[in-house]
Amino acid sequence: MSARCLLLMLLAASAFGADPIVIGSKTFAENYILAEAGAQLLESKGYDVDRRFGLNGTTIAFEALKNEAIDLYPEYTGTITEVILVRPELASLSEIRDALDEQGLQLLNPLGFNNAYAIATSAASAKRFSLRRISDLRNAPPLRIALPHEFMSRQDGWPGLQAHYQFERAANGIEHGLAYEAIRADQVDVIAVYTSDGQIVQSDLVILDDDLGYFPQYLAAFLTRKNVDGDVLDVLELLGGRLDDRKMRELNLAVLDPNASYADIAYQFLRDEGLISASNQRLNFYDDLVKNTRRHLKLTTIALAFAIVTGVGIASVVYRRKRLADAFLYFTGLLQTVPSIALLALLIPVFGVGQTPAIIALFLYSLLPIARSTITAMLAIPASYRQVAAAMAMTPGQEMKFVLMPLAMPHVIAGIRTAAVISIGTATLAAFIGAGGLGDPIVTGLALNDTGLILQGAVPAAGLAILTEILFGFIERSLVVPHMRSSARPT
Amino acid sequence: MTEHAAKLTNVSLQRGNVTALDDVSLAIPAGKTTAVLGASGSGKSTLIQIIIGLHTPDSGTVTTLGQTLLPRNLRALRKRIGYAIQEVALLPHMKIRENILLPAVLSAWSRAEQALRLRELLDLMSLPDSVLDRFPHELSGGQQQRAGLCRALSLKPDLLLLDEPFSGLDTRTRRSIHAQFLAMRQQMSISTVLVTHDPEEAIRLAEFIVIMRTGKIQQFGSVHSVLEQPASDYVRELLTGLARGTV
Repeated sequence: MSARCLLLMLLAASAFGADPIVIGSKTFAENYILAEAGAQLLESKGYDVDRRFGLNGTTIAFEALKNEAIDLYPEYTGTITEVILVRPELASLSEIRDALDEQGLQLLNPLGFNNAYAIATSAASAKRFSLRRISDLRNAPPLRIALPHEFMSRQDGWPGLQAHYQFERAANGIEHGLAYEAIRADQVDVIAVYTSDGQIVQSDLVILDDDLGYFPQYLAAFLTRKNVDGDVLDVLELLGGRLDDRKMRELNLAVLDPNASYADIAYQFLRDEGLISASNQRLNFYDDLVKNTRRHLKLTTIALAFAIVTGVGIASVVYRRKRLADAFLYFTGLLQTVPSIALLALLIPVFGVGQTPAIIALFLYSLLPIARSTITAMLAIPASYRQVAAAMAMTPGQEMKFVLMPLAMPHVIAGIRTAAVISIGTATLAAFIGAGGLGDPIVTGLALNDTGLILQGAVPAAGLAILTEILFGFIERSLVVPHMRSSARPT
Repeated sequence: MTEHAAKLTNVSLQRGNVTALDDVSLAIPAGKTTAVLGASGSGKSTLIQIIIGLHTPDSGTVTTLGQTLLPRNLRALRKRIGYAIQEVALLPHMKIRENILLPAVLSAWSRAEQALRLRELLDLMSLPDSVLDRFPHELSGGQQQRAGLCRALSLKPDLLLLDEPFSGLDTRTRRSIHAQFLAMRQQMSISTVLVTHDPEEAIRLAEFIVIMRTGKIQQFGSVHSVLEQPASDYVRELLTGLARGTV
């Protein structure tokens, strides 16, 4: 039964697949700007573009590319050699291209700037602890070090750096966008930055000299598959070599202005370069809100519908057998303990990125509250009702329709209500794997450290949750007689 | 109609660690009321649950309305049996009208047939029409039990199984519903098995008495014969308790 549901869900989700050029981006400002510049340039040439921005990390973005969930995204040569191919010995661009070619991938010409990792400290800390070079970290007193999660775990990140410089220091994980805020507030001493970050200038940071030559080059370029339309790539090649370090740092700094969106900045850049003349085509605030809310509702509604059918269906079959019911609840409970972002990541190898894995994840999260409340409610039905039903010669179907379901209904509705509210909250994370929805502005806002943008997703999501509560109040009123409603149950 | 409403031969049933029925053989007379009297845990409820197939005996045979209970004839047979219990178990989300007519709806009776039968049942149990549009929790205990009896009688059963239906009621209500029951029995000679722990009720309502203790039958006979010649001290004690109670 659940297998059939999953299949149906896949069909439902894939029915929304589209033909436009799908551009992805990772979750930091620069990647948004580059992806958006590519998107606007293509749109100005008449292409239809689907934006799947805010993919949470290299693995997700790369898997999305390979699974054809996206057609291209901005990547960096260092990331390609160290993380994707795991061949750090590849030095030249042509070597990298040959290696990618074997996987059916290709790298367009670099955009110009090098965005290497670098270790930075505040000017004050640099003075206090006499830090100038990365080597100085070896003998420095205890420091508060905060690094992006990805940098902490990847081989060419913190572990490799410590080995290269021969020291060991504890570090905490932090969202890249929040690291600057933390160091400005003097909550941390040392952070990892990208050399093209605009905040380096603004936050008065000192970049520690890579004196032992650890960090490889990170030239930015669009990574794409070989089967992507060559005309599309010709258009994108127009961006090749247009952005040097200084220019990129400027654009990255401009994003920090709360009044400027990354789309505006990408547009301004393309205008300055004389690449486009058409006026900005980006959706305005209201259109964005409607689009995101619709997508959000679509994700949660499809997932919830399947979870209701599956959860209530399985629960009404297994509740008679205690072991089976326990096993089912245990399994769904286990799913609940998997962190949502991890579950989403786990689904990517099988279902790619986009709406399908998001819907499946939401479906799995909704199962427990629905199944648990249904099973509990059915077990709580006094034996006398079931005796009378049997004595009335009811078939199992009639017993379900006339006795079990009506008596369990208030609890079942409460379970669905809980699942719906959880789904609406969890669905905001779906943006990390390119499923869109109200998580889009939240993820972008987090990446750009833009509170206004975060609220554009968080407030409507909270509003949806409240509306859902009200809606389920109505549903209960229409399906349950007054004295059996959850509000009227005797104490 | 066969000679016996139900017949048990060497029936035993273990429920958990308890021997609910221990080699019970019994023939329930057709067209009469038989009271099954005993303390709680004596197996008296299990006895009628076995007659309607809610339990399958570990050993022995059960014949109900002349037929051996088999999975394939169970539902057809149950449609000929009315069943009412102490908890009543009227469905709380249905109004009394729907509750009483539920067996008729399940048997796809026409609306006209349903209306006709509802009228008869209300008159039989002296229930006012005003209860029909109420929910079970809005009725008094006596009214609920009357509605439960209406439901049990709705398909004009050949056999009526009553599991302490009057036990939860106060004395006055019980007296009045007893009278109702006797009046009904005069109108139709339906085979009835009445499980009760109350000797007064058994003697008042039944023609035959089965006395049970820890899964075994202590005595079975007409009310008169049991009163005249108690088979054991236990039976005598059970019935003298009554004598004291009624003085």
